[in-house]
Amino acid sequence: MKASAGGYARAESVRHALDLLAGSDGQGRVLAGGQSLVAAMNMRLSVGDLLVDISKISELSGIAVEGDTLRIGALTRHAQVGTDPQVQAHAPLLKDAVAHIAHAAIRNRGTIGGALAHADPAAEFPACTLALGATMHAEGPDGSRSIAVEDFFEEVFTTALNEDEILTGITLPIAEAGEMQILEEVARRSGDYALVGLCLAKRAAGHRVALFSVGPKPVLAMGAMAALDAGDLDAAVDALSAEIDPPSDTQASAAYRRHLGGVLLRRAVARLKGDAA
Amino acid sequence: MTIPFNNPDRPNSYIGKTVPRPNAAKLVQGRGRYVDDIVLPRMLHVAFSRSTVAHAKIGTIDLEEAKAVKGVVRIFTGADLAEVCSPWVAVLAHLKGLKSPPQHPLAVDRACWVGEPVVAVVATTRAAAEEAASMVIVDFEELPAVTDTMTALDKDAPVIHPDLGDNLAFRRLHEAGDVDAAFETAHKVVSASFRTARHTGVTLEPRSILVDWNPAEGQMTAYHATQAPHMMQTVFAKHLDIPESRVRVICGDVGGSYGIKVHVYPDEVATAAMAKVMGRPIKFIADRLESYTTDIHARDHEIEAKIAVDADGKILAMDVDDWTGIGPYSVYPRTSAIEGNQVVNLCGGPYDFANYRAQTSVVFQNKTPTCQYRAVGHPIAVAITEGLVDMAAAAIGMDPVEIRRRNMYADDAYPATSPANMKFESLSHHASMDKLTEMMDYDALRADQTEARKQGKYRGIGIASFIELTNPSPFMYGIGGARISAQDGCTVRMDPDGSVVALSGVTEQGQGTEAMLSQVVAEGVGVDPSNVRVITGDTQVTPYGGGTWASRGAGIGGEAALQAARALRASILEVAAAMLQADAGRLDIRDGQVVDMDSGEERMPLAELGRIVYFRGDTLPKDLPRELVQTRHFITMEYPFAFTNGVQASYLEVDTDTGVVTLLKHWCVEDCGRVINPQLVDEQIRGGIVQGLGGALYEEIHYDEDGQLLNGSMADYLVPMAAEMPDMQVGHVETPTKESELGAKGAGEAGTAGAPAAVMNAINDALRPLGAQVTEMPFTPERILRALGKLQD
Ligand SMILES: Cc1cc2nc3c(=O)[nH]c(=O)nc-3n(C[C@H](O)[C@H](O)[C@H](O)COP(=O)(O)OP(=O)(O)OC[C@H]3O[C@@H](n4cnc5c(N)ncnc54)[C@H](O)[C@@H]3O)c2cc1C
Repeated sequence: MKASAGGYARAESVRHALDLLAGSDGQGRVLAGGQSLVAAMNMRLSVGDLLVDISKISELSGIAVEGDTLRIGALTRHAQVGTDPQVQAHAPLLKDAVAHIAHAAIRNRGTIGGALAHADPAAEFPACTLALGATMHAEGPDGSRSIAVEDFFEEVFTTALNEDEILTGITLPIAEAGEMQILEEVARRSGDYALVGLCLAKRAAGHRVALFSVGPKPVLAMGAMAALDAGDLDAAVDALSAEIDPPSDTQASAAYRRHLGGVLLRRAVARLKGDAA
Repeated sequence: MTIPFNNPDRPNSYIGKTVPRPNAAKLVQGRGRYVDDIVLPRMLHVAFSRSTVAHAKIGTIDLEEAKAVKGVVRIFTGADLAEVCSPWVAVLAHLKGLKSPPQHPLAVDRACWVGEPVVAVVATTRAAAEEAASMVIVDFEELPAVTDTMTALDKDAPVIHPDLGDNLAFRRLHEAGDVDAAFETAHKVVSASFRTARHTGVTLEPRSILVDWNPAEGQMTAYHATQAPHMMQTVFAKHLDIPESRVRVICGDVGGSYGIKVHVYPDEVATAAMAKVMGRPIKFIADRLESYTTDIHARDHEIEAKIAVDADGKILAMDVDDWTGIGPYSVYPRTSAIEGNQVVNLCGGPYDFANYRAQTSVVFQNKTPTCQYRAVGHPIAVAITEGLVDMAAAAIGMDPVEIRRRNMYADDAYPATSPANMKFESLSHHASMDKLTEMMDYDALRADQTEARKQGKYRGIGIASFIELTNPSPFMYGIGGARISAQDGCTVRMDPDGSVVALSGVTEQGQGTEAMLSQVVAEGVGVDPSNVRVITGDTQVTPYGGGTWASRGAGIGGEAALQAARALRASILEVAAAMLQADAGRLDIRDGQVVDMDSGEERMPLAELGRIVYFRGDTLPKDLPRELVQTRHFITMEYPFAFTNGVQASYLEVDTDTGVVTLLKHWCVEDCGRVINPQLVDEQIRGGIVQGLGGALYEEIHYDEDGQLLNGSMADYLVPMAAEMPDMQVGHVETPTKESELGAKGAGEAGTAGAPAAVMNAINDALRPLGAQVTEMPFTPERILRALGKLQD
């Protein structure tokens, strides 16, 4: 199908982008890597958008360590996240996630900000940021604000961002000494969205478990986390299966996804132990 | 003179060698010419408004908003086109009882599947046409839909076409021997239900057509991505009331077809009809999303089957009850009964046994029509047969290779006729099995499997023997009354510079037909393949032929090319003999030179002969024929089909916690007779295997009970991709057919025929120690876990 865009403008700066959005009568749509948005437009799932292309705003790109946080600009491409040594050192979960996201061509264009703002419940990055306790940074007409990751993802393709806001970047606590981060997922084919995925971080303070593709948004499995902290894996699997309510679709049923959640948790914990040994 | 094929050192020995594909450079440099690359003056584009419901009476159609869209030129409804295009009925006389209602290019009173074209919008751009099509408002008054195959004939099921009486399109029962008695007295009987999922072909290039009507000449030219240009010529002529001679179908580069592009599609005929009405060229390129609801589907079968064996593993009987749902119409003109018919014809194919019963029931339903797709019926028949054989082997504790060896037709048993009445000229099941087990090192693989199991890994080996129907005679369609040519022709000519042009009725879909033709002609005449230019796909230019289907290009088109090339060689040598005052029988043509046959001494380049013939013909004897253009046609006469055979093996690992199958390796040994181009044959086999693996593990069109297609996009309909594909090893046994000098049978579908069964058997081999078995394709992780009893709903 042929996409039907309402218009296109390239933003020179965040300020400019915000002005364009403000002047768009609610039709404005941020275009970053285009790897979800353009596909949706080409299927006419999204028509009449006034595209505000932020991809040339250099201030939104890049990775930096600031004290004990890691800052990743919204426009940082998946491919860069996957190869950056600072990400590798301080948030290895994100690096591992990249290997599961789509294919090389898409990873070269897709941006972490786009993936988070798009909030596909089957995407890797949203669950990773949830597991790692990230903070989202947004800028709007009234200035900037920070949103805790727990408050960011609301529904399928819906976040706490307002229509006139732009996600500028995220910050994450850098991994502690001895911290372990593990990602497990099952997809039908390499590069496909996961049937179910699981992120596990083990910190001095305890475990963090986040799942994707098990509901309308990534899920922090608090019950499973508490059971793991108590050292009871079976209880963690039981708790997990009770705290997710996965969907059924043409790829897999809810029952299969629920089962898989438990399998992935066991596998992630086994890897924790294997690596620790 | 016959060609000593067994001597690889013979002159001009291009047949049997990998030669470069003449069109490869063009395609990789982006210089191909697909239909969508063609732009004609005053050209318009069409987009269709399609049914959004599975079954409905078409009420009022509101076109006001659509007409207002900038760029829209004209909008057609079913009633408009019914005036200029006669409907078609897809039945064949030899498929007794097959029925189907008349079908129009646009639905007239009723829409019968989601995706059926209802309104056509012609506009200056595709974007405008789409925009307007999305604004067409059709009042669909919903009717009850039939979606389930197995209940389509129930008394309370709505009848889709009341004029036809019921939803049964076709039923055929075939019985040989005394099946019931054999089952009653058998040592062991094993039964199972099988399911093959609805697939579609997913060609790289979608269906494409551009039709130009020239009223001044009274001629229609259709640029069409099709497998069968001459068949389409007849269809357009007949239904648009144009003399056949005034329809020209041109088929340039085609981006894959797999059977998808050999059928008559209502939206394509509509495009031709509208072009004629408007007197302007109209282009229709199906987009990926509409392809899913409109390209033919295939393989939607449910089967109950059983096998009886004696204590030695000899097959005593097979009984197969096959059901398939084909959508609301049999597809024109090949019909949608062929697939079920093939299941009846092909089950039990490799095995020498006597008692066989098979029935196929083909029913109408409100889903996308199904029809012939690569390896028509074969993957289903092979899955049933090989699934049962493996289960029988397990039931009597016999090795799966051994049980096959005990039942396959002996390699010297030919000619033979199967219990399904299929006639085999000469097959090589045992030689193929020997080669396969050697290639895969069967015993070592079994040892590896045992070793893996000790480490808690569930690996399985699956074997699937098969037969493949190729080189069809008129028995396939012609005897049923369809104007689908089983013969094919080739014209070969020498131009003044000594180069050769070959025009063939078989077509190039990307599979390498033109490479095959170039090397056959090169060897037949005696020139380098680079000096042969091949022209295919133009009904006004090439000899009449059938095109690409049922793996016929090399076997039928190749033989016609060889005979035409040999005839040209003889003509050239006759002229050369006169010029050189030599005996034509003592001359040969090698590498573009007339040479002395015995010594190989060069006597004259072909370019010199061409110069004399074309420019100084006055110097040649008056009565000397100088016909440097020759045409030959070929049709098979002795056998209805040239059967080929082969055997595949799959080695894989099943993750019993997630249900995920990892393919470790795949083997295929096949016998397509003379291998003309080893690389092309291997790639056909590999590509075919990949499509078969798709069916085994990924491909499945889902409908809900209202007939809504649920996964019509590349994101949701999973095709096999490179990362999951195993290493594939291909081997050959060559048993040339004696029907032709070339001896080639087909190779295009063998890979697809056997791969799903090999994977199924391998999965079940892996799961057997756990007491689980799967028979419903595709074998998704979820189906495997359910078979293992690991899921609680
Ligand atoms: C074939 C294919 C397979 C894929 N597989 C996966 C996969 O397995 N896992 C996975 O996670 N992803 C997958 N993706 C999606 C990919 O990761 C996308 O890159 C990502 O979802 C969106 O990032 P983008 O930069 O391309 O955003 P865009 O497509 O440009 O935008 C997406 C949405 O986010 C909004 N947006 C973008 N940036 C901002 C911003 N800075 N502030 C506010 N709003 C913004 C846009 O307005 C739009 O609504 C796949 C994509 C394709 C095409």
